[in-house]
Order: sequence, then C-alpha cells, then structure tokens
Amino acid sequence: MSTDDATQQSGTQHDQWRAQLDRYLDGELPADQMRALDAHLRSCPACSADALARVQFKRAVKSAGARFTPSADFCNRIQKKIGAKPRRSWTYTWALAGAFAVLLIAGLLTAYQQRRNFREQQFYNEIADLHVSTLASSNPVDVVSTDRHTVKPWFQGKIPFTFNLPELQNTDFTLVGGRVTYLGQVPGAHLIYQIRKHQISVFIFPEDLVALHTAPHDAKAHSFNLHTFTQDGLRYIVFGDVAREDIDKLSAMLQAAAHSS
Amino acid sequence: MPLFNQLYNFAHWLAHNRDEAEDLVQETYVKALRGFTTFQQGTNFRAWMYRILRNTFLTSRTGHKAAMTVPLNEDEDGPVVEAATDTQTPEAILIDRDHQDFLQSALEELPLHFREIVLLCDVEEMSYQEMADLLGIPIGTVMSRLSRGRAALRAGVQQKLQRAG
Repeated sequence: MSTDDATQQSGTQHDQWRAQLDRYLDGELPADQMRALDAHLRSCPACSADALARVQFKRAVKSAGARFTPSADFCNRIQKKIGAKPRRSWTYTWALAGAFAVLLIAGLLTAYQQRRNFREQQFYNEIADLHVSTLASSNPVDVVSTDRHTVKPWFQGKIPFTFNLPELQNTDFTLVGGRVTYLGQVPGAHLIYQIRKHQISVFIFPEDLVALHTAPHDAKAHSFNLHTFTQDGLRYIVFGDVAREDIDKLSAMLQAAAHSS
Repeated sequence: MPLFNQLYNFAHWLAHNRDEAEDLVQETYVKALRGFTTFQQGTNFRAWMYRILRNTFLTSRTGHKAAMTVPLNEDEDGPVVEAATDTQTPEAILIDRDHQDFLQSALEELPLHFREIVLLCDVEEMSYQEMADLLGIPIGTVMSRLSRGRAALRAGVQQKLQRAG
C-alpha cells in the first residue's frame, strides 16, 4: 500500500469516527460503539478536540435556547382561564378537574423523574471524573500498599468512618493503594484495585451523601461499568473499564468483607 | 402548571413573537385538557404535550408559512457530510457569554424544521426516539436532520462572527 493510500484510508476511518460524534455526545450510540469511540478519542487528539468543540457548542445552544420565560401575568391569566372555563354541569366540572389533576400529576412525575435522573447522572459523571483524573495523575494513591492491613489504618483520622477490606488471596485482584477523596465536599475513601492491566476505583462515602433510587444498583457511565450498594450506613461505588463480571466479583467481596465487620 | 416554562420557551422560538407564543401555550393546555382521554397512560406525557403545541403552531397562519419554507429537494436520509469543526471557530468563541446573541440570532434564522429539532435535542434534551415520535419522522431522519441543523447553525454563527470582524 502506498503512503497516499494509507493516508486516504486513515482519513476515511477518521471521517467514520467523526460521523458518530454527535450520536456519541447525545448518548444515542449503542454501548459497544460507545466504548470503541471512547477508546479512539483517548488516542486521537484531532477527534477529541472535535468532540470537545461539539460539547461546547451543545452547551452554548442549551444556554442560548433557554431564552424566553413567560410573564407572571400570563401565568395567572392562563390559570384563571383554564380554571374558570367549566360552568356547564357538575359532571363536566368534575371531569375537567379530574383531568387537570391527572395532567398535573403526570407533569410532576415527569419533572421528578427527570430531576432524579439528572442528579444520578451528575453523580455518575463526578465519579467518572474522579476515577479518570486520579488514574491520570502521576501519584494516583497516597498510601501505596497491597496489604489491606496497611491501607485501612492509614485512613484513621482522615475520614469520619471506618470500613473493612476483603482478603484478595487466590483472586485476580490486587490492592494498589488508597487516597482520601471528596464528593460534594464530603470526605471519603478512594481505593484502587488492579485486575490484569485494568484499574478499578472503589469509592466509600457516607450513605446519605447521595440518594440513588435503587440499591444495589448497576449502571453505565461514559461506557464504564459501575456497581453500587450500601452497607452499614456507607455507600460503596465500584467503578472501572473492566467487564461487568469483574466489577460484580469485586463488589461481592467488598460486600462480604463489610458484612463481616 | 406542568411543563409551563418549557412549552412557553419552545412556543416563542417557533412563533418568534410573545403574543403568539402565549396564544399557542394557552391553546395547548386547553386542547390537552379537552383531549386528555386520548393520552395513553404510561406513554410519554412530555412528548404528547409538545406534539399538541407543535401541531397547534403548524395549523396557525405563521406556522403554515414557516412550514412552507422547508426545501423540497432536501435528501434528509442521505449521508451527512461531516465538516471538521475548527477549534478556533464558533464553539470556542461561544463559551463567552457575550457572544450568545450571535447564537440566538442564528437560531432564529434557522428554517423551522432545523430550529425545532436542535432545540428539542439540545435544550429539551429529548432522546432521538422521543423526537421521532413527536415529529412523526423515522429515527434516521431525526439523525440526519439534527446533523444538518447543527451544521447550518454553526455556519450561521460563523457568518455572524466574521461579519462582526
């Protein structure tokens, strides 16, 4: 293959990645394609600059698009108008009142659901940021040890709770170390485990820091896998780019260790 | 009142006019109340309300006129040619809030079918499926129309920035 052919082919592949960027940023790509594009973005400065530009544009459109607000006067008028209409019969009045109540409830439920999803998404984004920024740091952990009996006591006096860590003998997991981290200004423990070449973050925070609607709970955030559960007033979040089974296995060991405390 | 602010914002973007936006929203609520029996429980309430609003707009005189401006020769399901986004152009500059009026006026000038889809996706954060249901078009068309709409918006902003020097 000539150099020109190779350049042309790489250009075509590049265009194919680029064509998927909008769907990626809109959260509409299937999980496997999301992961593949994720990996490409990490290795391709041109595409990641393009992705960043598109995110900025999306944000700018969101902000510019939320431009018009109804006046209080209009709001009052419409409430009166809708409320004052039915004068025909009691049945009609009750039917309309019922419909309005259902409409209101459906709207409130939609708004509540959206707010809850937004809060959860925000929480997962922060966890993803903590995980990625820690691994990108030249000193990802403050206590470096594979021994849980060294890592656990290191947190004494640094965070307002204590926890148990699992025995890893005869498993594929290795403890790398830990550090104190903060989420919503609340201190917590951030432990790093390794399996094969992958690193997994385990975050432990007070349970009331975030109210996730189900527990235990599996989720995906930016194509990472995540498992979270609560035990004895603490919320554990196991997060990484490994397979779901590995996340589940480590979660089960952590849960067993926490239970035995 | 459910979705009141969002519906009003969307109505204003469609109608370009406060009085007409107020009429649209009012008519939407009246129609929603009258036709509540046609709403299927368990389906998307938000998409249902937006659909009523949009249909109300399209049957109005302004809406009818705006809908007539859709180019007839547009191949919506054809491949979208992705232009590389230049890091020095609109996106980076738009972070600065002072430049938001360029974006707002470019949005205003977008043809209706592009304006509504960009707003539904980026402001209302609707999924492609929700938009497909609301607009009554296939998901493939949602994707290509959105992509073209964003490209047209970027080009519009770019033009305004260049004109401003």
